[in-house]
Amino acid sequence: MNSTLAILAVLDGISYAALVFLVSVGLSLIFGVLRVVNVAHGSFYAFGAYLAATFSLAVAPLSPWLTYPALLAASIVIGVVCGGLIERFLLRPVYGRDDVLQLLITFAVFMIMDNLQRLIWGVQPIFAAEPLKLLPNISVFGVTYTSYQVVLLPCVAVLTLIGLRYFLRHSLAGAVILAVTEDREAATAIGIDARRVYLVTFMIGASLAALGGALALPTTSLVPGMGADMIVLSFAVAATAGLGQIEGAAVTALMIGLARAFIIYIQPEFEVLVPYLIMVLVLLVRPFGLFGVTQLRKI
Amino acid sequence: MGGRRFQPITLAAVLFFLAAAVAPLFVPSWATLFALILAKSIVVLGIILLLQAGQVSFGHAMFFACGAYAAAFWGKYVGDGDILLYLLLGATSSTIFGLIVGLFVVRYREIFFGMLNLAFSMVLWSLLEKMFRYTNGADGIRVARPALLGMSFTPEIFQYVILYVSLLTAVAAFLGVQRYLDSPLGHMLRAIKSNETRLEYLGTSARRVLLIGYVFSAFLGGIGGALVAIIQQIATPEFGFWTKSGEFVFIAILGGGAHAFGAFAGAAVFEAVRFYAAAHLANAWQLILGVVLIVIILYAPGGLIGLRQRGKRAKQGAR
Repeated sequence: MNSTLAILAVLDGISYAALVFLVSVGLSLIFGVLRVVNVAHGSFYAFGAYLAATFSLAVAPLSPWLTYPALLAASIVIGVVCGGLIERFLLRPVYGRDDVLQLLITFAVFMIMDNLQRLIWGVQPIFAAEPLKLLPNISVFGVTYTSYQVVLLPCVAVLTLIGLRYFLRHSLAGAVILAVTEDREAATAIGIDARRVYLVTFMIGASLAALGGALALPTTSLVPGMGADMIVLSFAVAATAGLGQIEGAAVTALMIGLARAFIIYIQPEFEVLVPYLIMVLVLLVRPFGLFGVTQLRKI
Repeated sequence: MGGRRFQPITLAAVLFFLAAAVAPLFVPSWATLFALILAKSIVVLGIILLLQAGQVSFGHAMFFACGAYAAAFWGKYVGDGDILLYLLLGATSSTIFGLIVGLFVVRYREIFFGMLNLAFSMVLWSLLEKMFRYTNGADGIRVARPALLGMSFTPEIFQYVILYVSLLTAVAAFLGVQRYLDSPLGHMLRAIKSNETRLEYLGTSARRVLLIGYVFSAFLGGIGGALVAIIQQIATPEFGFWTKSGEFVFIAILGGGAHAFGAFAGAAVFEAVRFYAAAHLANAWQLILGVVLIVIILYAPGGLIGLRQRGKRAKQGAR
């Protein structure tokens, strides 16, 4: 493997990690607060991408620069509308019930959304690369790459990370969310509306997944099944990092993104295997993830 | 089960098995449908077994795929197959595989148990998908129609042969699981859900109890997988994908995880909805099943078999 390929692999890995991070941090946030593994998370990713395609194909004739707000608008619409409806009407009735029922509710949502996606947008691949073409290519150590992928995507990911950190640690709303996570009963007792916290958290998490999908749109073609692939991948990242770990998700996304990118150039058939192999190996040694806090068994 | 009293649910099971044996004689297209229902029920029995211990495996499709590929590999690399040989291969390979994976996963509970199972199953799935030279990748391996004890059949006869083999296997699996859950080992398995610490105070190793249950459920998964591979005449990586695992858990909850018969009730409804919805509403069967699942979870968390008990309780005015 020569140095050009190595640089190419690093750039691939970074841009891929940025997308995976956005999706998995949403999953991690939802689990951290609601204690629900959201199986439908990949569907938010897919819906975000498809709606972004619809929006940007609609505004592109006016001005191609409008496609950027279109991507953002699509992800917020999906997060607030889909996420909000699902939390309010499907998840809320099952809090406190068996874990398997909560998991299966989101699995049912996944089935429904997967089907709706085929009904609404069909099964033909969809392309919309306007945002990618608008930004110039840049040269990194002699390797030419699109600045959309190596500058914009990582910037969005880093801003999201910093934003989430600031929001959770230094704002009142964040403190309220942490309070509910720590002790729901006590938080409710001092007048915090825990139900609203759950709703808002779920919307934020879903928006992040949709944002990942919307930003992935210019770099890939949209096909059925993209949601099903993304949920396990983002779950692998979130679980390897430790569910609920936000900074950990960033480090793990980068690690898995880079490992996957290098494997593509060395031994392409193992590309899909790498994230899951890393997940198995990490979970066997540290079931709470690389950055998770070990809970002692009370016996 | 409480004594040898004949319970209504046993009657339902007997009626179901009779229907599976007789109905396809009148409606030929039901032969494959019922065979598929029975084969999947065997896998779901394994899920129900683990549900007794309060554990949900979101990766059980790996044993299903293991059984299916055991049959497919034999056909591809060795030669002519036999149904019984395929069942034996599926059962043995998945039992060994289950023992290996089980040794790792039984150390964990709840979400961590589910996660690790998912991780293992996705590793298997990526191998099946990408080791193109050996597995034909996403296309899967065709499973040629096997013989039974050296006798070959025409396709028309064969669908009945595999139906009755599936039926006998399913009945055996049903009785076996019932017997197991009634045994001391089965009660200890349930104790993992209700109070694992107490179980250990009794001097039993909870891990070993769970491991036995886990290997048993992997064994059932492999048998179901081999049967489905024979019925559908193909084994694809899809068999081991996480959505398949979700489907099995779905069927278990749909039927009701409290009793072994739930597996059959759930699989019958699931496959029937799929069979008819795919024929008439080809674009929406998944949507319909998703809605069915939500309705069951929100309004009948005990599953189909729980409905009757709930009705009885309501009549008595208790709770």
